[in-house]
Amino acid sequence: MISIIAFVVLLFVGFGFFGWNVFKVRSNILLGRDINRSDNKSQRWKIMTLVALGQKKMFTRPIPALLHLIIYAAFVITQIELIEIIIDGLTGSHRFFHESLGGFYTFMIGFIEVLSLLALVATFVFLVRRNLIYIPRFRMKEMNGWPKMDGNIILFMEIILVLCIFTMNGSDEARTVAQGGSSYGFVLSSRIAPLFQGLNVETLHTLERIGWWGHIFMVFAFMNYLPYSKHFHIFLAFPTTFYSNLWPKGRFNNMESVTNEVKLMMDPSADPFAAPPEGAPEPQRFGAKDVQDLTWKNLLDSYTCTECGRCTSSCPANMTGKLLSPRKIMMDTRDRLEEVGTNIRKHGKEFEDGKSLLGDYITEEELWACTSCNACVQECPVNIDPLSIIVDLRRFLVMEESKVPTELTGMLTNIENNGAPWQFSPADRLNWANEE
Amino acid sequence: MSLHVPTMAEMMAAGKTPEVLFWVGCSGSFDERAKKITKALVKILNKTGVDFAVLGAEESCTGDPAKRAGNEFTFQMQAMMNIQVLNGYEVKKIVTACPHCFNTLKNEYPELGGDYEVIHHTQLIQELINQGKLALKDGATFKGKKITFHDPCYLGRANDVFEAPRSLIESLDAELVEMKRCKTKGLCCGAGGAQMFKEAEKGDKEINIERTEEALETNAEIIATGCPFCNTMMTDGVKNFEKENEIQVLDVAELIANAADL
Repeated sequence: MISIIAFVVLLFVGFGFFGWNVFKVRSNILLGRDINRSDNKSQRWKIMTLVALGQKKMFTRPIPALLHLIIYAAFVITQIELIEIIIDGLTGSHRFFHESLGGFYTFMIGFIEVLSLLALVATFVFLVRRNLIYIPRFRMKEMNGWPKMDGNIILFMEIILVLCIFTMNGSDEARTVAQGGSSYGFVLSSRIAPLFQGLNVETLHTLERIGWWGHIFMVFAFMNYLPYSKHFHIFLAFPTTFYSNLWPKGRFNNMESVTNEVKLMMDPSADPFAAPPEGAPEPQRFGAKDVQDLTWKNLLDSYTCTECGRCTSSCPANMTGKLLSPRKIMMDTRDRLEEVGTNIRKHGKEFEDGKSLLGDYITEEELWACTSCNACVQECPVNIDPLSIIVDLRRFLVMEESKVPTELTGMLTNIENNGAPWQFSPADRLNWANEE
Repeated sequence: MSLHVPTMAEMMAAGKTPEVLFWVGCSGSFDERAKKITKALVKILNKTGVDFAVLGAEESCTGDPAKRAGNEFTFQMQAMMNIQVLNGYEVKKIVTACPHCFNTLKNEYPELGGDYEVIHHTQLIQELINQGKLALKDGATFKGKKITFHDPCYLGRANDVFEAPRSLIESLDAELVEMKRCKTKGLCCGAGGAQMFKEAEKGDKEINIERTEEALETNAEIIATGCPFCNTMMTDGVKNFEKENEIQVLDVAELIANAADL
């Protein structure tokens, strides 16, 4: 009875705390500006299925893709066992489905065991890749400190989780056999059981309980760690890919607020001093200075980013030693959003902490290093778009602050005066046709 | 052979509407190197009898570099003026040799009222060859030569045009050799996003040098591309390695014009 109560408490605290954190993340994301991504539903389902569920874009780098797929499959399939664990925990039963499912049960648990072992191997390889081998994208400076630790914590949690599964199944097998019962016949734990030979039934039972409680406790610990971690991508990859940008990558969004002004400027009958119509929304700033000026999709992207660094490793600016790293753009956006969200919850909606994404997190030098080549967008395995953040920050710099690199000021003036980025007369545009 | 380059204004005065507008772009109009690409394309258009015209003095920057630099005002002013001109001439179809103009006209003008069918010149040339309108000379100039193609970002990744320029290179009987990074993984030349008009930010290397190194690794004799900015960047890169006497940087239109003996 006590264990049932303890289990119910764990369940409530586990789901409750997770729910509260998900709510916080959601309200943070909704601080962003609106953008319509509800069109073309069928195409969106297709992209989500291929890219998030099917991990299509991972396979451009086959080795990590395979390892990742193993852990992913093990994670998904193990959730089936979780159903039984929850039922057992609530009713005090032991292996609730064992009797009723028979051979299928033996197969499923065996399958989970094999996947868990493969996942254990993959996790070790990942630890080696992150810590022992030199893989540049894991060693860049934005990974120092917490991000590096975050990656390792997740891997260690996975190892503990798998070890719990084997302790649970192995000792359970040994106990059943020691009590004269027949073997469960699970493919791996029946081979692990001899390790527990010689232990008395009492100890074996305790070990099985440690494995069982350890497993379910790690599941909840893992789940509740997600909202604090880059690892949240396991859920957020789905909405992020669903709300992907469906336009050709070269198309930058049109700023309607600017269109209205330009139309006014080009309309000779417009009254430049006319008061805005009754109930017109407050004018927004041009471009983005802080996270609230970005779209909710940008903010969702930032929580989804799992800091793999494929974007940065393909960025031409980064690979030639410039300060820009698309991954850092995403990490900065998330860090600043967390800060803004916390401020709002503590001090109310109007609170200003005197900081902003642009300036305190992302510098002008980073922004001006971008060639808008879209390599980062192309590379991201979950269709995150760092470029649209870069562009919106540039827009703020240029249109609100007039902070433009000197050479670009010249280019812009030339376009305005001569209709070309260089200082040529528009009348000479066709001269080439008569030159030899 | 003198070029026949009618303007939209002349066509209109004669009561004619050309099938396609050739959007020359600022580079194609003013840059000494890019003007050669423009002329090569016109030779192909003239030879195949394509019914085209240019805007001439009525053409103005699409606004692409302004938009990439973050100045939406300048971009939209340019766009709306150009759209007025284009719609005034009832333009339906546009061909351009500049992927930046191509991307802007095709993707960013519709929302401002400018809806046209926009194609890149490599797509048009491919069409002409497929229709049998353009024959390449036998024992072609480029037979067996190693040619590598540098994907312009705004043509390839941005708009998924990868095959047209490649099939043109293959039609030359040349050996198309790919760089380590190509197609969707192609590496930028360093000029996009308004970088063409400014010095690069502080770093340890220029992007065009990195890209040129990749091109050199293929041992190609010709670096082909389909963008006037890429052409400038790659030409500078080749000069940096003092290879300008061994390796040519050419636009696909120039290769074809050459092979067709134009």
